[in-house]
Formats: sequence, structure tokens, C-alpha cells
Amino acid sequence: MNCPECDATLNIPDDASVGEIISCPDCGADFEIASKDGANVQLKQAESVGEDWGE
Amino acid sequence: MTKVCIVFDRLRSEEKMLQKEASDLGYDTSMLDAKITQINTDSKKEDFDLGDVVLERCVSYFRGLHFTSSLEFMDVTAINKYDVANICGNKMIMTLCLKKNNVPTPKTYFSFSSESAFENLEKVGYPLVIKPLIGSWGRGVMPLKDKDSAEAVMEIRDINDGPHDRIYYLQELIQRPPRDIRVITIGDEPVAAMYRKSLEGFKTNIALGADPEICEITKEMEDIAIKASKAVGGGILGIDMMEDEKQGLVVHEVNNTVEFKGLARVAKRNIPKAMVEYAISCIRK
Repeated sequence: MNCPECDATLNIPDDASVGEIISCPDCGADFEIASKDGANVQLKQAESVGEDWGE
Repeated sequence: MTKVCIVFDRLRSEEKMLQKEASDLGYDTSMLDAKITQINTDSKKEDFDLGDVVLERCVSYFRGLHFTSSLEFMDVTAINKYDVANICGNKMIMTLCLKKNNVPTPKTYFSFSSESAFENLEKVGYPLVIKPLIGSWGRGVMPLKDKDSAEAVMEIRDINDGPHDRIYYLQELIQRPPRDIRVITIGDEPVAAMYRKSLEGFKTNIALGADPEICEITKEMEDIAIKASKAVGGGILGIDMMEDEKQGLVVHEVNNTVEFKGLARVAKRNIPKAMVEYAISCIRK
């Protein structure tokens, strides 16, 4: 699968789950796995870090 | 079969560890993304795959807090409870709660305008540490060492003017070794602890690159952690302490959605397993 931002190849591990974040190794953009059905993976733009994030 | 639900908004290794441990213990699990869950005033717990108990693990404090209120509205057992999250999420409320319950905590000053905060600083003297009421990972925490730095920070606060920016939380700067102690408590029981050593400066947040090192839980740490846990209402917590040269251990923070990835790798106890077992013990009989 290619990065929607820069078209670089994204490595999505086989055991990755919906909700996990995938980072593009080239442009650094973060994507969230929106759905996953075998090798068919849908990505969406990951949320940026919010002021209230963290512990 | 008993089912554990993990509510998340960003799936991190902590949530996957919890899911794995619940499965290994023989429980069904469900993962629920808070971002895509819709709730209304007629919602019932049966409308969702919430299982028998929910571990609320949102990385966003406000999202997790409000999601928990919805869960409790539907009579779902959620960990941590709304009241606990509400106390821990606001540093002023948390500090007042600790002090009220005789948990040693740094002396802290509250002001409700920049003028008043500045007046207090001039009266008490420098340095004091300013912290945002809401916020994590050490963001916005900085020592005010002199009048110039205080004026700069106050000005930025006045420009930002967020809903919490007019409330000033200023804390004494604790004289301590360049580290703090994180104790994880589960159901008022300390299960593991680590030192967090600052790489540079005075912040010791792991998220900022502080170096974690396993810490043996002393009797004093245990007693204070239990007291702090009970003060905020219990559950699964991260109690942060500093070793004050004069006062001994002081608790400066109690964290609601505790991160444990680093500590889990080195702790003797299986932290996610203990969390799941605690969640199961909370299911209403």
C-alpha cells in the first residue's frame, strides 16, 4: 500500500489492528487504520496530538 | 462468558497488551473506538459490545472523561470511574484532593488572574513551577525563575486565553535528585514502580524521553501510594512522587489513564494482567 500523501510504500504489519497508527517512513505523515479485511486495508488521516492528550 | 471491553481512541501497545492478557485469562474481549461510537439519551448498554466491564483507555482526556459519563449513564462498570477521571484530569482539583486527605504534596498556589498570579509570585518569591490545569506529558510545565520569565509566561497565557488559562497553578520547586518515581496502583495496591530520570532540565516525563529504571517499592512509597489512590477514589492509577530533600516523598500527580508500556517490560508483576484481573473483580455481582 502506498502513502496517500507522498506515494511511498507503507509497511503495514499483518497483525496490525483497526485503530493503530501507521507512519510513512518517507514523509512522516500518520495514518490510522480505519478498517482491515485481510490485505484490504483502509487508512484515514490520524488525529493530531491534542492539548488534552496523555496521562 | 465474561467479556472485557477496551475503549480506545488510538490503539497503542498498552491496549493490545490488555486485550492479550484478557484473552489469555480466558475472557472474551471487545475493542471499541470511542471516535466512531454514537450514543444518545435512549442508548442502552445492550446497543453496544461493551461486555461486563470496560477499561477506558482514551489518550484524549476529555474524550475519555465524557465517554465514561455515557458509560455510567448506561449502568456500565467503567474503569476508572468518571469521578476519579474528573479529579485526576485537573491538577488543581487533584492537588486539593490530595491535601485534604493528608497526602504529602508540594505547596501549591492558586490565582485566578494573571495580575493576582504575578502578585503572588512577587510575594512568595522565585522560583515557582507553573503548570497548566489540564495537560499531560509535561507540556506547559516550566519553572518561573525570575520576573522576566514570569512576565513572558503570563503574557502568553493572556494571549491564548483558553478556558483554563485564567486559573494559575504555581507550585514550589522541589529540591530533589534529577528523577521522580512512578508507582502504578491497581485497586489501591501498588504493583510496580520505576524511577524516571530526566535527560536534561527538570522534566521527567517518559513521553519526553526520560529514562525509566525499575524501583523497589519501599514501605513509605507503598503507604503514600495507597493513601493517594484512596484520596482520588481508587481504580487503576499512576502515582507520581518526588524525593524532597526536606519533606521526604511528596505526590505531585495522580494519573488516570496510566501508560505502562516501558514499566511492563521490566516489572516483576504482569501489569496488564493485574489490570484485567482487577477489572473482572469490579464486575457487579
